[in-house]
Amino acid sequence: MIASPREIWVYLAASPLLHLTLTLVAYLLGDYLYHKSGEKAVVNPVLIAIAILVTVLLATGTSYATYFEGAQFVHFLLGPATVALAVPLYRQFERVRHSVPALLVSLVAGSVTAVLSATLITWVLGAPTNVIASIAPKSATTPIAMGIAEQIGGLPSLTAVLVILTGILGAMFGTTVLTWVGVRDPAAQGFAIGLASHGIGTARALQVSEAAGAFSALAMGLNGLATSLLAPLLVHWLQRWLWG
Amino acid sequence: MQRNRIILIFTILLVCQLIGEVITRLFHWPVPGPVLGMVILFCGLLLRGHVPEELGAVTGGLLQNLSLLFVPAGVGVMLHAQLLAENWAALSVALVLSAAITIVVTGLVMTWATRLTEHSGTEAP
Repeated sequence: MIASPREIWVYLAASPLLHLTLTLVAYLLGDYLYHKSGEKAVVNPVLIAIAILVTVLLATGTSYATYFEGAQFVHFLLGPATVALAVPLYRQFERVRHSVPALLVSLVAGSVTAVLSATLITWVLGAPTNVIASIAPKSATTPIAMGIAEQIGGLPSLTAVLVILTGILGAMFGTTVLTWVGVRDPAAQGFAIGLASHGIGTARALQVSEAAGAFSALAMGLNGLATSLLAPLLVHWLQRWLWG
Repeated sequence: MQRNRIILIFTILLVCQLIGEVITRLFHWPVPGPVLGMVILFCGLLLRGHVPEELGAVTGGLLQNLSLLFVPAGVGVMLHAQLLAENWAALSVALVLSAAITIVVTGLVMTWATRLTEHSGTEAP
């Protein structure tokens, strides 16, 4: 006897296989369109994959929890991937050693700017405090930003979304904005994009040039560290002075 | 042997992350476990003096597809539809402006600081 499509759907909808496969297919489609467009930054594979998946999940009435049971296998790899960043950091260590003072100055300037600009703008525009705390660490990479948000009274899952939107924005428009203000050095471009928009920016910077990608990975690692030290302090002070 | 090597590399990454998680929780450090894991692996590489070929291959493959790993968390946008809808103006203005300001400030400071350090380097007697 042949099973009815309904029976098969009931089985598939409850198994991690379907949503894991969907995640990879949506990403491959986004990646295909990106390459098809001549690798234009605005055709961002992550944005396309998210748009496809949200549409499919809403259309089939699937909850995020059910989706995540399958997608968690991909999500889990963010941890080992963060550890893996030690390799590009080590490879560039000799090369960037002589520019350590410049890197540290831009790291502190960028990290403080990222936290202050995001929190102050949302505060001025009247967002509630848990939303302000959620946006504060948005330039750090997802696992770091979620940890910080939890610590300072934000919503980690909202932070994850804001981190990814920030990453997509930086990947889409970072190079263009930097060229406008006259920053054309691949090292400076990569460092700025990696600092502001972490892994998604780094993925894009790697496409621009190897040097940009390396400095972007470096900035992403360093800003993860800097944000986890600076964001709790800055948000604590802002809470005391502005909305305490 | 070759296959076991890949398992070995993945185990090394997971062990670094695990040690990182345990230490950060044990001492209540503000740094997330995987970041400390990255520092641990970095120190290991410094001691070793080079990147073993298989480690380079496995981490290269992982980092090449880094953007894929953000997709599941990004789909979480549907969880916060209401919160995003209520604060969409504040959030979109903040996200766009903050990303642009951060990128410009970092890029300009880096260009300026590099020029300054290189300049003083060449002019030093």
